[in-house]
Amino acid sequence: MNDLAPFSTFDVARIRADFPILSQTVRGKPLVFLDSAASAQKPRVVIDAMVQAMETQYANVHRGLHWMSERTTDAYESTRDALARLINAPDRHEIVFTGNSTGAMNLVAHSYGRGVMKPGQAVVISEMEHHSNIVPWQMLRDAHGIELRVARVTDGGELDMASLESHLQDRSVGLVAITHMSNVLGTYTPAARIARLAHEYGAKVLFDGSQAVVHRRVDVQALDADFYCFTGHKLYGPTGIGVLWARRELLERMPPFLGGGDMISSVTWERSTWAEVPHKFEAGTPAIIESIGLGAAVGYVESIGYDAIAEHEADLTEHALARLSAIEGVRVIGRAQDRGGVVSFTLDRAHAHDVATLLDRQGIAVRAGHHCAEPLMRRFGVESTARASFGVYTLRGEIDVLADSLIRVREFFA
Amino acid sequence: MSDAATFDDLRDLYQEVILDHGRRPRHGKRLVQFDAHAKGDNPMCGDRVEVFIRREGDRLAETGFEARGCAISIASADLMAETVAGKPADAVRALFTRFREMARTGKCPDCDSDEAMQRLQPFAGVSEYPSRVKCATLPWHALIAALDGEGQASSE
Repeated sequence: MNDLAPFSTFDVARIRADFPILSQTVRGKPLVFLDSAASAQKPRVVIDAMVQAMETQYANVHRGLHWMSERTTDAYESTRDALARLINAPDRHEIVFTGNSTGAMNLVAHSYGRGVMKPGQAVVISEMEHHSNIVPWQMLRDAHGIELRVARVTDGGELDMASLESHLQDRSVGLVAITHMSNVLGTYTPAARIARLAHEYGAKVLFDGSQAVVHRRVDVQALDADFYCFTGHKLYGPTGIGVLWARRELLERMPPFLGGGDMISSVTWERSTWAEVPHKFEAGTPAIIESIGLGAAVGYVESIGYDAIAEHEADLTEHALARLSAIEGVRVIGRAQDRGGVVSFTLDRAHAHDVATLLDRQGIAVRAGHHCAEPLMRRFGVESTARASFGVYTLRGEIDVLADSLIRVREFFA
Repeated sequence: MSDAATFDDLRDLYQEVILDHGRRPRHGKRLVQFDAHAKGDNPMCGDRVEVFIRREGDRLAETGFEARGCAISIASADLMAETVAGKPADAVRALFTRFREMARTGKCPDCDSDEAMQRLQPFAGVSEYPSRVKCATLPWHALIAALDGEGQASSE
C-alpha cells in the first residue's frame, strides 16, 4: 500500500516501522487498524523501555535505600517530569499518576467533589461526554447532594456555549467537567473559552483530555484549566497508567482518595498524616513499569512533534470525511469545524455491528457500538455507530481501503 | 477479486435466511394481547429486545418482539418466534438449550433429524465470532425469562 500524502516532513512509512504490530495480518489480510481512539498501538521504544526496566533496572519505588530502588524511582519520577513538560504544567508535583482517565475523574469526583464541594452545588457536564465523565458525577450527586447539569450539543456536534452559560448563571456551579475532544464526534471543544466562562461564574474547570492530548499540543496554563485528565494507552503508551493534572493549591486542599502505603507521612493507631502532593494521591505500589513505558511514549510523541501529528491527522480526517460522505447511505455523525481524527458514521440498512464484522473480514479494525457515550447516541437519534479513528501511523491508503470496503458492505446489505 | 466474492466467506455467518429475517422480521411487533413479556439487554453493544408471549394452556400460542440490534439479533428473534409457535413450554426450554449449544460450538448433531433445529441451523455460524454469539442468544434469554414470569433476562 502506498501512502499518497503530500508530506515532506512527515514520513509515515518510517513511523510505521516503529510499530511492530502493524506488520501483522488479520484473517489473511494486512491489518488496517482504525481503532486508535479506543487504544493506540505501541512503538518499539515503549515496548523496549518496559522490557529493559524489567530486565535491568527494577525494584519498588520510594522505599528501598538500595541502588535498584533508587534507579527505578528516578525512572518513575522522570516520567512525571516528561508529563509536566508535555502539557506545560508549571509544577511537576501537580502530575498525579492514576490508573487511567476514569481513575483520574473518579479521584476528582471523590476527593474534590466530596471533600471540597458542598451539597447543593452543581457540576456541569455536556451531552458529548464519555461515560467516564458522566458516571462519577452521578455517583457524587447521589452520595453528596450535588446537582448534575448537562450542557447541550448542537446538531453539528459542537458544544452549545449558550447552554453552558445558562447552567452557570445562578453561580451555584462548583465544577465544569467537559471533554477536550469528543471520542465519538471528533469535536474539539473551545477549552480556553470554556475555562474563561467557568471562572467568570466562580466554577473550576476539568477537561477530559483522553483524546485531545493524542492529537494536539495541550498547554494547561494557556487553557487556564484547573484539572486535566488523560490516559497513557491512547497516547501510544501502555495500559494501566493515567494522569491527573491539577493546580497545586487544589491538590493541597483535596483530601486523599485511596488510603494505604506510599501516601502517608506517618501512621499511628490514632491518626495518619498525609504525604506531600502528589504522593498523597498515589496509594500503594504504583504502575512502575507502565510509567516508564509512558515516559518513553511521551518522548516518542515529542520526537515526531505535535505540529506534524496535527497536520497529518487533519489531512487524514479531511480525506476520510470526503471519502465516507461520498458513499450513498453513509451518515457522518458530527460536523464540527474544529475536529480531530475520529469519524463516526452509520450506514443505512446495516447495523454498526454487522458493518464492523464485515470490515473485520477485510482486516479492518473499527469500533462499533455506543462508544461509552449512550446519552450522546440518543442525542443524535442513533443506537450505535461505527467509528474510524486515526493515529500517527495511519495511511491515507487505509482510509481508501475502508471506503472501498464500505461500498461493498452496502451492497451486501442492500 | 470480484466484489461479490469479497464477503463470500461471511456467508456462513450472514446466510440469506438471516439477512432476510434481519431485514424483514415477520414477528417484530408487540402482541395486542399477551400474557407475559421480558426484556433482554446486551450492555456491551447496546442491543435490546423485548419479547411478548401469548399462551394457550401450556403451549406458546404466539410470540412477538420489539428489538433494536444487528441483523443477527433481529433474525434470531424472528426465527425464534416462528419456531416456538405452538410448542409446549418445556419443549421451548429444551430447544433453547440445544440452540445455545449450537451457537457456542457450531455443532448441531440433531439438525438433520429435528425440524426445529434445522430451521435454526443458520445460526451455527456465529460460533466463529465469539462476540456475536450473544446477539443470537439474547432473544432466547428474554423468551425464557418471559416463560419464567421474570421481566428481565439475566445476563450470561
